[in-house]
Amino acid sequence: MSDILILVFEVVSKHLGSLRRVVAEPLGAVGLIMVVGMIAGAIFADFLTAFEPTRISPRDRFLEPSVVHLMGTDQLGRDLFSRVLHGGQIALSVALVSIAASLLIGVILGLIAGYGPRWLDNLMILLFDAIKSFPTVMLALALVTLFGPSLTAVMIVVVLVNVPGYARIIRTQTLALKSSQFVTSAQSMGASTARVLRVHILPNSIGPLLILASMDIPVVIAIEAGMSFLGLGVRPPTPSWGAILNDGFTAIRDTPWIAIAGGVPIILTTLGFTFLGETLRDIFDPRLKRRA
Amino acid sequence: MLIYSLKRLALAVLIVSVAMFLLFTMIYLIPGDPASVALGPRATEAMREALLVKMGLDQPVWIQFWNFFVNAWQGDLGTEILSNRPVFHVVMEQLPWTLALITGGMVWSIALGIPLGCWTAVKRGGLADRLIGVFSVAVIAVPSFVIAIYALLIFAVSLRWLPAIGAGDPGNLGDQLLHLILPSLAVGLGWVGYIARMVRASMLEVLEAPHIRTARAFGLPDRQITYRYALSIAILPTVTLLGVGIGQMLSSAVFAEIVFARPGVGKLVYDAILTRNFPLVSGAVLVTTALFIAINLVADLIVGYLDPRVRSRL
Amino acid sequence: MNVLEIQNLNVAFATGGGFLRALKNVSIDIPEYCIVGVVGESGCGKSTLINSILRLLPENGSIDTGSIQFEGRDLAQLNLSQMQGIRGSRISTVFQDPMDALNPVLSIAEQMLHIQYRSDLSRKKKNARSIEMLRRVRIPDPESALKRYPHEFSGGMKQRIAIAMAMMMEPALLIADEPTTALDATLEVAIINLLKELQSQIKCSMLFISHHLGLVAELCDEVVVMYAGEVLERGSARQIFHDPWHPYTQRLLDCDPASQTLRTRHLPTIPGEIPDLRRDQEGCIFRSRCQFCEEVCKTVPAEVETEGHHVRCHRLFQ
Repeated sequence: MSDILILVFEVVSKHLGSLRRVVAEPLGAVGLIMVVGMIAGAIFADFLTAFEPTRISPRDRFLEPSVVHLMGTDQLGRDLFSRVLHGGQIALSVALVSIAASLLIGVILGLIAGYGPRWLDNLMILLFDAIKSFPTVMLALALVTLFGPSLTAVMIVVVLVNVPGYARIIRTQTLALKSSQFVTSAQSMGASTARVLRVHILPNSIGPLLILASMDIPVVIAIEAGMSFLGLGVRPPTPSWGAILNDGFTAIRDTPWIAIAGGVPIILTTLGFTFLGETLRDIFDPRLKRRA
Repeated sequence: MLIYSLKRLALAVLIVSVAMFLLFTMIYLIPGDPASVALGPRATEAMREALLVKMGLDQPVWIQFWNFFVNAWQGDLGTEILSNRPVFHVVMEQLPWTLALITGGMVWSIALGIPLGCWTAVKRGGLADRLIGVFSVAVIAVPSFVIAIYALLIFAVSLRWLPAIGAGDPGNLGDQLLHLILPSLAVGLGWVGYIARMVRASMLEVLEAPHIRTARAFGLPDRQITYRYALSIAILPTVTLLGVGIGQMLSSAVFAEIVFARPGVGKLVYDAILTRNFPLVSGAVLVTTALFIAINLVADLIVGYLDPRVRSRL
Repeated sequence: MNVLEIQNLNVAFATGGGFLRALKNVSIDIPEYCIVGVVGESGCGKSTLINSILRLLPENGSIDTGSIQFEGRDLAQLNLSQMQGIRGSRISTVFQDPMDALNPVLSIAEQMLHIQYRSDLSRKKKNARSIEMLRRVRIPDPESALKRYPHEFSGGMKQRIAIAMAMMMEPALLIADEPTTALDATLEVAIINLLKELQSQIKCSMLFISHHLGLVAELCDEVVVMYAGEVLERGSARQIFHDPWHPYTQRLLDCDPASQTLRTRHLPTIPGEIPDLRRDQEGCIFRSRCQFCEEVCKTVPAEVETEGHHVRCHRLFQ
């Protein structure tokens, strides 16, 4: 585990100098600003607003946006600006935790499929294909019936959706590297399987995987928001952009600002992460363009 | 071609079977047994036992799975808890609505995506190319339910151009089509972006091919080269992609049906979850998954048919 | 009478490392009913020459100066739609690799119909014309061949079909860009004979690009020797093959495997490499590899002509 963390850190820090190249692209710069803004808003939520995101105030129901309530209030009189900022925390943490878990599981399964016996490989590929063949939302709905609506259910959905793709990449790379000269020579010098995987195979295949994973962040944020919108994600009164959007949708004819408060952050965040991810991919690994 | 088709069919059947297995495992793991859920808290132990036997839930797991498996392939997905009707019939009643929605989404994505992709490939590097490029990325990134709600807010609530909810008067095709415009746009808009990007990329590749140079050297008109000689090849990968696209549209359709209060499989599953009607959930998920796999199979076979190189090699 | 007259043609490509002068002061005449061969190593500018005549240069390439006179018009000055009217009808081309030269998803019939789009004939008559052309290039069972797709034919057959397509509109000039290089040696002679036969039937001229000296000697009336974007020597086939003046032509002939009389393990080569065309070259372009290079060669370019035999070399003055 710690090995992988160090590895991720090394890859990231190696490319940190290339930040300038990202900013040089108009789309990359715009994406970076949006992402940094969103992260800052989430981290400093408590400093940016005096309102509690969950405090109900019956006197302040359905207030239009004003200087006091920047985005207005919802049907329970909660300040929407505060809910949006705190919703960003939920979106970010779901994205980070579930993608990290998907990466970990995906890498392990991919290494097993690529390095293990042929029958296991075939079996796993079949399983991956079967999971991929469920339409995402249908899979999510099926899982929610199993676990009940919760943040955990959302994360399990994300892991299930992402792992097959990640594992496939690692598997392909492992298969290609398994027969390469430097791995064969390492084996002939008595390196253990674990060492070969850790020292030779993993570092060579983790780069493209990280780029793909970064491009999945907006997808995960969309899944969380979507399930919360359906009432199958976070439980009320926890603020989530999807939940705010649902509140707004219910009252869309009379108080459209609630729907705007819920939807605009989703749009800006998914756009920001996508612009940034596309720019990163074009800079670091143009070959991935074709695969995606 | 025949052998290839059979192989693809066998693989599809295998994947559906594995999907069934996964689904069965999920249902089996659901805490609490379906019989108590169906009968409610006031049922006696004897009633519960009887229903368990009737549903075959007193058997060992592997026999339960085998029964589930055999029945499912025969179209028997069990009976729904609330109305006691066969799940398969209930799902099939709602399926046409969802298929109409997805077809509408496909029409949007093809009618806009292919011309945009083709046009940007021919005019590559220009301002229009870059703007459409950003547009494509944007519509791919933004989740379809957000598009659905804002489409509803703008075109139905504020501007009042189009009807907001429902599927239209029964029997009135024009009204139904009018009700289909916004939901299908919400379902298809992301795929406008995907298809535009895909067509652009493969057009650029094809336009570099030697046979395009030959066509130019024969003095063929530019329009004919672009559409007849290049696009007809560049479109082939897109057909495969459309198979995947339909799967994603099945997902988006769930949201569109809920936002626009339309009947359909997505609405059915959603309502079933809220009422904890598990057989209906698993049945509907299984039907849509099988449908998705079948559509992908058909897409692959269509590519095989359209491309004479593949057609004869197989 | 010349069908095509290229005069002092200069073509350059804009590259990351500056302008690359791909053709430098190239002059070539193609007389009526004649076959003119162009020989040279790869990278000598043969393809650029064809692309310039057809005006199919890539986006970063441009004709800077010079003229390409064809049937009373300067091709270098025409706009693209005028040029499109000439391609395929007055000037036609057979390309190097038949494998990918025909559109893979259209049947032979469709492609041959498209080429005849300028003609007013009925669809039926156009198809009859296609069948006649396929018969003339000796495609067995041309009626059914018409219905098939390119991948159903062998490389040699595809090249025959490509020739039939190129000859269909009876052009005044046929450009053949290494038409046999991608084929088996056994097919080479048959394709060459076919080209020659059709050329004399249709009474067109031909620009034949090849690095196969034996073929050029056999087929061509006139020969152009190109090196690094320049025409070093041109004249009748007899002048070039029996009395080559330029040291490069002489070395090229020595290197031809067919000219080896003794069995040896090593084929002779010309040492050195083509100079970097992104830099301005002074004097003779071949001097860095020339065994006779003298002081004058380094600064002053040369150009001599006697009895239609042109050569860019100083040795003849001495």
